[in-house]
Amino acid sequence: MNKFVQVFTKDSFLVPVVAIIFGLIVGAFAMLAGGFNPIEAYVALFDKVFGDMYNFGETIRQITPLIFSGLAVAFAFRTGMFNIGVEGQFLMGMVTAVYLGVKLDLPFFLHAPITIVGSMLAGGLWAAFAGWLKAVRGVHEVITTIMLNWTALYLVNFILTTTLVPEGQQRSETIKESAMINIGWLSEMFDSARLHWGTLIALGAAFIFYIVLWKTRTGFELRATGVNPHAAEYAGMNVNKNVVKAMFISGALAGIGGACEILGVFHYQAISAALPGYGFDGIAVALIGGNTPIGVIFGAILFGILTFGAGGMKLGAGVPVELIRVVIASVIFFVAAHGIVRYFLKPILAKKKDKEVL
Amino acid sequence: MSNVQTVVEMRGITKRFPGIIANDNINLKVKKGEIHALLGENGAGKSTLMNVLFGLYQPEEGEILINESPVKITSPNIANEMGIGMVHQHFMLVDPFTVTENIILGKEPKAGLKIDIASAAKKVQELSEQYGLKVDPYAKIADISVGMQQRVEILKTLYRGADILIFDEPTAVLTPQEILELIDIMHNLVKEGKTIILITHKLKEIMAVCDSVTIIRRGKTIDTLTVKETNINELASKMVGREVTFTVDKTEASPKQTILSVNNVTAMGNRGVNALNGISFEVKAGEILGIAGVDGNGQSELIEVLTGLQKAQSGSVTINGKEIMNKTPRYISEEGLANIPEDRHKRGLVLDFSVAENLVLKSYYMDEYNKKGFLDYDKINVHATKLIEEFDVRTPSIHTLARALSGGNQQKGIIAREVDGDPDLLIAAQPTRGLDVGAIEFIHKRLIEQRDKGKAVLLISFELDEIRNVSDRIAVIYEGQIVGVVDPKTTNEEELGLMMSGGKRMQGGTQGE
Repeated sequence: MNKFVQVFTKDSFLVPVVAIIFGLIVGAFAMLAGGFNPIEAYVALFDKVFGDMYNFGETIRQITPLIFSGLAVAFAFRTGMFNIGVEGQFLMGMVTAVYLGVKLDLPFFLHAPITIVGSMLAGGLWAAFAGWLKAVRGVHEVITTIMLNWTALYLVNFILTTTLVPEGQQRSETIKESAMINIGWLSEMFDSARLHWGTLIALGAAFIFYIVLWKTRTGFELRATGVNPHAAEYAGMNVNKNVVKAMFISGALAGIGGACEILGVFHYQAISAALPGYGFDGIAVALIGGNTPIGVIFGAILFGILTFGAGGMKLGAGVPVELIRVVIASVIFFVAAHGIVRYFLKPILAKKKDKEVL
Repeated sequence: MSNVQTVVEMRGITKRFPGIIANDNINLKVKKGEIHALLGENGAGKSTLMNVLFGLYQPEEGEILINESPVKITSPNIANEMGIGMVHQHFMLVDPFTVTENIILGKEPKAGLKIDIASAAKKVQELSEQYGLKVDPYAKIADISVGMQQRVEILKTLYRGADILIFDEPTAVLTPQEILELIDIMHNLVKEGKTIILITHKLKEIMAVCDSVTIIRRGKTIDTLTVKETNINELASKMVGREVTFTVDKTEASPKQTILSVNNVTAMGNRGVNALNGISFEVKAGEILGIAGVDGNGQSELIEVLTGLQKAQSGSVTINGKEIMNKTPRYISEEGLANIPEDRHKRGLVLDFSVAENLVLKSYYMDEYNKKGFLDYDKINVHATKLIEEFDVRTPSIHTLARALSGGNQQKGIIAREVDGDPDLLIAAQPTRGLDVGAIEFIHKRLIEQRDKGKAVLLISFELDEIRNVSDRIAVIYEGQIVGVVDPKTTNEEELGLMMSGGKRMQGGTQGE
């Protein structure tokens, strides 16, 4: 409960805002050093994101998968695990969505929900496997999930080439319309930006994340296992079972994210030589959000705006992609390392506390 | 100026931490060649003061004089240079290294590119002989006893040229015999011109070895006394701030049926050797069985086997006649076993959970605390409010994190939770470790109260005084076996000490009849 409220309290609101400003200032210096005008660049960034309806809609589209992958990482983290495999779980969700979207023949009110549930299970089981290896064999989840990322990538490519990609092409068939979750009227409002129900599902997932962890028996066990497995074990909780359970839920969140990208945005999946990066961005988002559901949403918004707005900086101010990455990284650095910001804010925060006491 | 020189003087030392003043204008004056005790309850500020002297903390106010000249000690290295050495309570030794290697660590003598072990070992040998420490410079730390390891720590400070040695609760880990040896060593050190500051809350030790004593309470200097002119009761009341009774009030036990029966249990320890070697004993309803022993003789494994946290290889454990060996912790707890764990931070509490959540850590899953699939926080909070009142757990609120409570209040919380389920058997492992006199009294009363309610209580402790005061029978554990059961009224420290170090076995006494 406290964690949920904390995000809204003055202190924790002030710190991230100042952190973002710090990051932008450092980024500005980086751009100055490279001979670019930072003000022009930042104006271009905001212009890109908020300048017109289409791009604003596309920013929301960009934010949505980040919420899912951020929640996935945060959930595992709350239970004391570092799920680096959100990437792979996301991919498993995507391929399941393409497969079911193409192969199943169902009315629309069944096709999309069943597909999403399928993706959820695929992502969940993929992660649960790493959890099981940890519980039974004691293999650290960082190792297994990293390896399972690559396993997922090549397995997905194999499934695509053998079942879904037509001869001589690089991408799968398009899913059936009954499986798509786009919101037509909303897209029209946003100049045909790709808006879909997945955004709502993501917000719902954040709410469920909170309810499960802080309101249920399972959540009580998962949190106890996360912060002190020794005490959890002593109190009669089955730590191994909780490890597998937590990883399943974490992977399931990633799996739904994968499904929404397919059903709401791309409608097909291409054979890829590299990992798409959803999961790794999710780590940053979870970190920015302090592993709280609300924090993850805000983290995803920040990350989404920066990555989507980066296109504008390139076009509008001629800043090269490499420098834009430096700017994004410095913002994330300050948000994640909020200790530094707190240090600079110490006098202000201390004063505020005094006032509150009075 | 007198001919007795003041080697350490701390004037008006003030050290604040967020929310508390750990040291509030403390004065300390230590004369050359004396053993000076620093007495105070846990949390009184003794360790903080010594960490200031050792350069780990910087005081906000006050000054330090070494050999009557003011100094600034900004790091332990500088403290070392000034001849101050610290023997920590938790040894800082590398197990697979030899004694010599540990002693020279960070100050290795070089011969060309190589470390000159031979000359270092020679110096260690000389120092060891000079102070009567009897340490083999080539022994591996992992192979030597705890008492010997402590002497290595002492040698470490001497090797670095320390003239002022700070001992932080040095007897906590020792057997009674080892304590006597340590006292001899301290006398030797003083005879050779060293000065010792002894941090302790044990009054007997002060009476036995110290020349003078400075008492600290709640961060303030209360008094400095000459040991010859004071007595235990005066020290105790100055330390606690009120009169203290040392004996525990209790009536004669009236043991009834057997509750816990442990038969021939063997179990592995951490190092892959048997930690429990066919241990057998019984605890009856209405009695407190105390298990005395030196740390590392199977106590931890015994607790873990009894509570289901560790598997045993063979034997049997029954509660009320029902087999519980190698069952899950929850099954065992539902059979009526409650446990105040050895390490309250590791096992007993989830420090990042609120007090209320910690109070249902074992019962959260029961229907009582759930409603339609969700935890019923209203009931959980009512339960917490009731327990903190009943057990006098001092906390700002039931929503405060357990981390924020003092050790004594954390322990009271654990006891409240464990006793709340009305268990038939209560295992109390080191229940008063690190607690102050007031909290110790409270906990002892609660243990006896359980006994008087007709419950069985198993007390496992390294504190001999605690075992002797609280128990109705004492079983001594040595190398994973009960080597004898004695009556606390007729036994003495010497007999127990001998049994604890394996020197004396009582034949046929393993069942304690």
